[in-house]
Amino acid sequence: MAIEFEVNGKPVSVETEADTPLLWVLREELELTGTKFGCGIAACGACSVHVDGEVTRSCSVPLADMAGKSVTTIEGLKAADGTLHAVQQAWIDAQVPQCGYCQSGQIMAAVALIERTGSPSDEQIDEAMTNICRCGTYPRIRKAILAATGKAAAAAPASAPAMGEA
Amino acid sequence: MADNPNPDMHLMEPAAKPKKKRGIVRRAFLVGGALLVGGGVFGVYWSDRSANARAKALTETGNDHNFLSWMKIAEDDTVTVYSPHIDFGQGTHTAMGQMLADELDADWSKVKVEQAPADLSFANTALGRGFLAATVPAPGLVDAVPNAVLAMLARSMPIQITGGSSAVRFTGQVGMRVVGASVRLALIEEAADRLGVPASELTTADSKVIHARSGKSLRYGELAAGAAERSLTGSPELKTRKDYKLIGKPVSRIDIPAKVDGSAKYGIDLILPDMRVATIAAAPVRGGKLVSVDEKPALAVAGVEKVVKHDDAVVVVAKRYWQALKGLQALTPKFSDGGHGNLTSETIHAEQVKLRQTGEPEGEAGDGDVDAAFAAPGARVVTADYRVPFLHHAMMEPFALTGHYRDGKLTLWGGLQDPLSTRARAAKAAGLGMDDVVFNPMIMGGGFGRRFPDVAEIIDQVALLARQVPYPVKLIWSREEEVRHGTYRPQSSSQFKAALGTDGRIAAWKADYVQSESAEGEVTFIYDVPAVSRRHFKYQSNQNDGPWRSVNSTQFGFYNESFMDELAMEAGEDPYRFRRKHLAEGSRHRAVLDMVAKRSGWGTPLPEGTGRGIAIVESFGTIVAEVVEATVREDGSPKVLKAWAVVDCGTTVNPLNAEAQIAGGLIMGLSSALGEQITIDKGAVVQSNFSDYPLIKLADAPPQVDVHFIESGAKIGGIGEPGVPPATPALANALFAATGKRIRSLPILTQAKA
Repeated sequence: MAIEFEVNGKPVSVETEADTPLLWVLREELELTGTKFGCGIAACGACSVHVDGEVTRSCSVPLADMAGKSVTTIEGLKAADGTLHAVQQAWIDAQVPQCGYCQSGQIMAAVALIERTGSPSDEQIDEAMTNICRCGTYPRIRKAILAATGKAAAAAPASAPAMGEA
Repeated sequence: MADNPNPDMHLMEPAAKPKKKRGIVRRAFLVGGALLVGGGVFGVYWSDRSANARAKALTETGNDHNFLSWMKIAEDDTVTVYSPHIDFGQGTHTAMGQMLADELDADWSKVKVEQAPADLSFANTALGRGFLAATVPAPGLVDAVPNAVLAMLARSMPIQITGGSSAVRFTGQVGMRVVGASVRLALIEEAADRLGVPASELTTADSKVIHARSGKSLRYGELAAGAAERSLTGSPELKTRKDYKLIGKPVSRIDIPAKVDGSAKYGIDLILPDMRVATIAAAPVRGGKLVSVDEKPALAVAGVEKVVKHDDAVVVVAKRYWQALKGLQALTPKFSDGGHGNLTSETIHAEQVKLRQTGEPEGEAGDGDVDAAFAAPGARVVTADYRVPFLHHAMMEPFALTGHYRDGKLTLWGGLQDPLSTRARAAKAAGLGMDDVVFNPMIMGGGFGRRFPDVAEIIDQVALLARQVPYPVKLIWSREEEVRHGTYRPQSSSQFKAALGTDGRIAAWKADYVQSESAEGEVTFIYDVPAVSRRHFKYQSNQNDGPWRSVNSTQFGFYNESFMDELAMEAGEDPYRFRRKHLAEGSRHRAVLDMVAKRSGWGTPLPEGTGRGIAIVESFGTIVAEVVEATVREDGSPKVLKAWAVVDCGTTVNPLNAEAQIAGGLIMGLSSALGEQITIDKGAVVQSNFSDYPLIKLADAPPQVDVHFIESGAKIGGIGEPGVPPATPALANALFAATGKRIRSLPILTQAKA
C-alpha cells in the first residue's frame, strides 16, 4: 500500500515495506542522499530531518508513521531561487565542516533549535545539539549557530575574510 | 589521516600486510638502489613520457593542456590541479591547490582541485622523496636520488597514500610547488617569444604574464598550448615566504559548499541503475570462520535476492538496505572462534604484564646507561604503570563500497585512503590483473586511519561479492559491524621508571611497553635527559590493530606526559617549570611550551576543584603543547572547561584550516580519554554502537579551543594528526590538579563512575 506524504514541499507516494525507516525511504526510494546513515539507533543524529517542523532522527521512525506528514531534508532548506538558508550560509562563513558527513544532521538540528528558540543561549545549544561529530567541529558549530542568530560579534569565526572559492 | 606505521611498505610492497617490519632494510635498499643508478637528476614526471601521455589522455578535454600530469590550464584560464591525496575534510585538496597556484601566480578564483585519477601515471613521486627526506639520516643522500628513479619506483609500486600528515609536507613542498613554479617559467618563455621581449622583463600575476614596459600582457589560457610544448625545468627557484600570496593565507575550503546543502556524494551515497545493496556479518571473534548458515530465513524476507557465504562472513543481497539488514538479522549463522574463545581484555592485559616482566624485548632504543643512573647514590627512583584500551576509529560514514564485475573487469566506487593500493588489493582478491580493476574515489565521511586499503577488508569482501552477481552491488556495513570489526589502536600497557638526581633533574628515563608494533616510528622524545631507554615487548592479540589518528603518538603522549607530571610532583615542582627546565634553552619546544603557559594564564589562581593540566608532544614533525582546564561534576564525571593549543608546524599553509585540524584533534583526544574503549570478552568485541562506544558531544567539548601558531619557518610539519596526542595527558593532568587522583588507565569515565 502506498503511503502519501510531503517531502520538501512536494507530495510523494512511496510503496515499500511499511516498517522501512524514513531514512532509507529518503535515501533509496527518493534518492535524497544528503540525509546520512550513521548508527541506525537514533544515537548520532546524522539522519536528522524535520517532520512537521520537529527535528527527528529519521533512522528510527517507520514509513508507516509518515502518512500525511510534511518532511524537510537538507536538500529542502535552500530557497526556491537557490539562496542558502541563513544557517547554511553561517556554516560556510564559519568554515564548519571537515569530513562533512554529520553536517546535514547538525544543520537540521540547528535550524530546528533556532526556529524554536529564536536566539538560543549557550546552555540551550548544549542541550539541543546532541549530534555526534567525530572530526570535533563543535566549537565552530557553536560559533555558526550564534552567528546565524545575530550574535555574530561575539562569535566571529577565527578567519580573515575568505579569499573566494574555486 | 593516521600514518601507516611502515610508510615505506607502500613504496616497496603495496599489497603487503602492514605487520612486517623490514622498513630499515628496504629503506637502505631504496636509497642504495637509487644511488647505484645515480647520474642525471631531473626529469621527475618529465622524462617519463609514457606516463605523461597517459595523464594527458585521462585529463585533457580538447580546450586545455596538461602539464607534468599534475595540472592543466584551459583556454579560459581555469587551472585544474590534480591532488594525489584524498581529502576527508582535512583540507588537503585546498592546500595542494594553494601551494601549486602560489608558485604559478594563478588567479585563485579560477583554480579547481580535483582528485587525481587512480592511475599509475599519477603515482606520487614527491611522497616517496618526502618520506626519504624524513627518514634517511643524511639528507644530502636524498637529493642525490634522481627523481626519475623515484618516479619509476612510484609508478611500478603504486603510492597515492594519504597519511602521516604527509600531503603538505611532502607532496605539496616537493611536488606541487615545483610543478607550479616550473610551469610558470614555461609560460614566461612562451610569452617572451610571442612578445619578442627578453624573459627577464616579464612578470606574472593573476594568471597573466605581464610586460610592464610596454603595458602588454598575455593570459595563461592563451599561452598554455605553446607552453605545453616546451621543456620544463625540474629545479625552478621557489618563492620565499615574503612573496607568498596564497600559502599561509586563510583560504576558504573548496569542498565546504557541497557539504552544507547535501549535494556532496560520499561512497555510501552512490546509486547506479540496477544496483543491489548488501550488508554483512563477519565472524564475531576475529580469526573465526563461517561454519554453517541456513539461508532460507533471509530469502523469505521481501526484497532479499541472495545469500553469499564468505570464508569468515555471511552477506545478504537485496534490493534495498533495510531488506538486506532484515534478511541478515533473520539468519543464525554458526561461526568458529578460531581458538580465541577465552580471550578477554583482562587476560590480554595479564599476558602483557607477564611478557614485560619475564619476556625478551623485541627492540630497544635510546642512549646512555639507565641502569647506572638508577643505581647512582642519591637517585630517587620513580615508577608508574599505565594502560590504554583498544580504540575504534568511529568514522561517521560506515564502510560502504560498490563493485560491478562485467566482462572481466571490476569497477569500484567508494572512499579509501590510497586509490592505487585499493586497486592492487581488489585485483588480488578478485584474481584479476591490476589493469582490470578501475577505482573511482569518492568523498569520505572520516577516516582517521581506518581507510588504508591494507586494513580495509571491505575491498576483498566487495571484490568477491561482485564476482558472484551480474549487477552492481553496494556493500554497507552496519554500525554494529563497523564497531565490532575495527582495526583498532592496539591495547597497550607500559611501565615507566625514572631516576631523579640530587639536582632535581631527570637522570634516567626508561619505558618498557607492550603492544603489537614498535612505536619508534612515531615517538619523538623531546626532553633533555642523559640516559633513555625504550623497550618494545611484542604482543599480538586476535584483533586487527591499525593506525589510529596520530598512531603511537597518542598512547605515548599519554604515557610520557603523565609520567612527566608525576616526576614533577616527586620533584616538588610546577609541571610547566619542570618540563621547561628539561627543554633546551632557545629550542622550538621551549618556545611552544612557554607560549601555551602564557596564553592559558598558567599559574593564575583557579576555583577550588578546578585544575589545569599541561602536555607537549612532537609528532609528524610538528610540536604541540596543550593546556586543559577541567573540573569534576557531582556524579564524578570530568568536565572540560577550556582548552589551549600552541603549535609549531614550521609554516601554516592555511591558518583557517590548520586551526580546525588542531582543535578537532584536541577534541578527539579528549573524547578518547573520557569514554572510548573497545573491550574483548570471549574473544569478541563487547561494544556495538555509539550507545556503548560513547563519543564526545558538543556539551562536553570545550566551547572554544584557543589555537595559536608559532611561525618558526622550520621545515613544514603535519597538521592533521599532531593536535590529538597532548589532549589526553593534559586532561588527565588537569584532573590530578583538581582532585589529587592520578589517572594511569583509560578511559577516565569508567573509573570516575565506578
